[in-house]
Amino acid sequence: MTDSIVTMTHIIVAARGVEKSFGAVKALRGVDLTLREGERLGIIGPNGSGKTTLIDCIAGVLGPDRGEIRLAGRDVTRLPPHRRARLGLARTFQIPQPFKGMTVLENLLVPLDYSGGPDRLGQALAVLRSVGLDRRRDDPAEALSQLELRKLELARALAGSPRVLIADEAMAGLSEAEIDEVLKILFRLNESGIAIIMIEHIMHAVMRFSERIQCLETGRVIAEGTPAAVAADPVVQRVYFGEQARR
Amino acid sequence: MLLLDLALNAVATGLMLGSIYALLALGLAITFGILHVPNIAHPALMVVGAYALALANAHGLDPIAASVPVAAAFYAAGLAFYEVYYRLFERRGGTDTLQSLTLFFGLALVIEVALLMGFGADPKSVDVPYVGQSWTVGLVTLPYRLLVPALLSPAVMLLLWLYLKLSRAGLAIRAVASGETPLAIVGIAPRRVKRHAFGLATASAAFGGAALVILGPVGPFSGHAQIGRVFAVVVLAGMGSIPGTLAAGLAIGVAESLVSSFLDPSWSQGVAFAILLATLAARPTGLFGVPR
Amino acid sequence: MRPAAAFGIAALVVAAGLLAPKLPVNTYYFYAGYVVLQFVAVATAWNVLGGYGGYINFGAAAFFGAGAYAAAGLFKAFGLPLPLQIMAAAGVGVALGAAMGYLTLRVQGVYFAIATLSLVVVLETLVHNVEYLGGARGLAILAPPAPAWFGGRTQFAFFVMLAVAAASVLAAWLIENSWIGRGLRAIRASESAAECAGVPTLKLKILACAVSGGLLAAAGAPYPYYASYIEPGTAFSLTVGLNAIAMPLIGGTRSWAGPVMGAVLLGTLQQVATVTISSELNVLLVGLALIAFVAAAPNGLLSLPRRPRSKDAIRHD
Repeated sequence: MTDSIVTMTHIIVAARGVEKSFGAVKALRGVDLTLREGERLGIIGPNGSGKTTLIDCIAGVLGPDRGEIRLAGRDVTRLPPHRRARLGLARTFQIPQPFKGMTVLENLLVPLDYSGGPDRLGQALAVLRSVGLDRRRDDPAEALSQLELRKLELARALAGSPRVLIADEAMAGLSEAEIDEVLKILFRLNESGIAIIMIEHIMHAVMRFSERIQCLETGRVIAEGTPAAVAADPVVQRVYFGEQARR
Repeated sequence: MLLLDLALNAVATGLMLGSIYALLALGLAITFGILHVPNIAHPALMVVGAYALALANAHGLDPIAASVPVAAAFYAAGLAFYEVYYRLFERRGGTDTLQSLTLFFGLALVIEVALLMGFGADPKSVDVPYVGQSWTVGLVTLPYRLLVPALLSPAVMLLLWLYLKLSRAGLAIRAVASGETPLAIVGIAPRRVKRHAFGLATASAAFGGAALVILGPVGPFSGHAQIGRVFAVVVLAGMGSIPGTLAAGLAIGVAESLVSSFLDPSWSQGVAFAILLATLAARPTGLFGVPR
Repeated sequence: MRPAAAFGIAALVVAAGLLAPKLPVNTYYFYAGYVVLQFVAVATAWNVLGGYGGYINFGAAAFFGAGAYAAAGLFKAFGLPLPLQIMAAAGVGVALGAAMGYLTLRVQGVYFAIATLSLVVVLETLVHNVEYLGGARGLAILAPPAPAWFGGRTQFAFFVMLAVAAASVLAAWLIENSWIGRGLRAIRASESAAECAGVPTLKLKILACAVSGGLLAAAGAPYPYYASYIEPGTAFSLTVGLNAIAMPLIGGTRSWAGPVMGAVLLGTLQQVATVTISSELNVLLVGLALIAFVAAAPNGLLSLPRRPRSKDAIRHD
């Protein structure tokens, strides 16, 4: 695992005071998030703590009630998702959303229609190779296994040459070997310069991957720091232990 | 004085019409707002109700009295229909809304053409002693053919609202609206609750039909004239709010009536449509709705 | 196939259409053929937004009728020749589609469907109250005789509609095989994923709505010439609205060929049915067919995915 020097690197994603309610339910109660270039940030928290809502706000799928989102210094709070994608933000979905009715290759051509250079086909094939899906390129997206679907999500996100990738539970439902495979891909992507936010329930994966972790609970950040520090934090333990006890 | 006269009558007519629109929209408010089933065949169903009541009236029955047994029959039909609908759509893993919309579109068409083929194109009407007479209060004239349905509406809506608020079944229905998991935990099958709600919504079409046929003659395609208004009411009210439906209905009714009196009657259809578009553009969740 | 080839084929079809009036067939076939071609155009137009993009337009009749009345009105006011009427009508359709799209496509597809359904009623009511366009009674169209080559107004109308249908199919083909088509398919599959992948979903939806509206209006424009008459009931007819949906659904929504097949199949059947049974029963049967199709479709008729082969898929590892 590479160490990254945090001192003078630029902040690429900044969320300040993000609040979001759905009717009477307050999903986010003022959340701050900072991501530096090339950083690996993990976000954990029990179900319903607001993780995906936060991601949806950063990605632009939802508009926050209060607060602001900045991408590379630029205020994108009211910008639609496709414009944020052009600014270098990519995300995968908790439940994979492949473009059904299209082949794997076509799935990648979609983002490349907007971010691609002169050789879109070549770019698409290169991305597919990098995640190990190039042999499946002419297969319909519906025919993919769970692991392949997750890889397709990543590939599609990469096709846009992002500077930031938000991986929303990219390893849910996978076997241990498959988790390792996805983690390898994510590490490789980070080494090539992409900052990554990982939202995960699979503790050992997120602990291994992240340089820094934020823990959310009922819409608030309750702990922040290195993986070791957060894991040892009694507040975090109570939140997770409490969840275990309820189960 | 003439302007005041015109304005007061326009508002009075608007309130009465609006009340009726709310009743017409009630069934759709339940199925779309609470069950998330886009039953656009509801206006066609009300026309069937109107026809049934006209038939009953031809045998000497009062349409409002007859609407109760018709509502019971509609309730049963609604239960049966929901069973079929459930097997076709809900069980397949989530509703593809557009697919079920198309189903109901086809259904509405089949109902209307069947009525056309069965009864001909001539509109049906009812012969009731109070239709044709009015009640005059000061400057305002209230025709009974408007007033009676307008009073029927809040009565039916109040009954339904109380039922939803106070009864166990009503509580279950409201719970289903916000999500099924809590119900399943308590051991009540969500499907039975939804079926019951759908049955109630279908039953309300009988009262809607009564309102329509008292208001004026009803032909096979009379539902079309009401579609725009019914949708506008449901969208303006926001999903699943019964008091909201009444408020939205009244607002649209008054707006239409004012436009009709002070501008041109032929613009009245456009009013509901304009409100529909404006609501979608500015505040899609409606005035009283809760975003999912 | 390259775009040039597609243009070539379309031109060939139109050229063949020029020869058709010289065939020794009963005029009835031109009369009926017009209707089938009209449905090819309507179904193809509807499918650009409905099939490719997944946004169901229940108000195809509104755009069709708008086109028909635009053509009739322009003829009455300025005596415009038919080709210009069609182009102007298409312009009206594009404007109407863009406006409707802008106002209603920013929310879920259900609301678009509801709004388009309401649009039909609104436009029909509007026309009822415009005396210049004939109001409820309708308007008789005394168009000039057809160019001599065609031998009759029905033959000329047939040819014109063939050209419109060919142009519609060509437009659909071009869209389908472009980044626009790809973007629309992504929107239909998963709009939020498309948006996050960089697809400007709103712009594409409005574009598709405008193109669809323009083509629908163009399909309606020759009708007053063809029938020598126009009135609100037929211009905004149920049959048009219903068939616009049923034909692509039954023929296939994935590509341009589906609506064409659906239109030819269903359109021909309906012509036969209208002659042998009543036109009401005809509509009833199409409605029932639509219901049956929607109910029976395995995985969402409008999704039409190929069956997942994951169990049989040969892994190339």
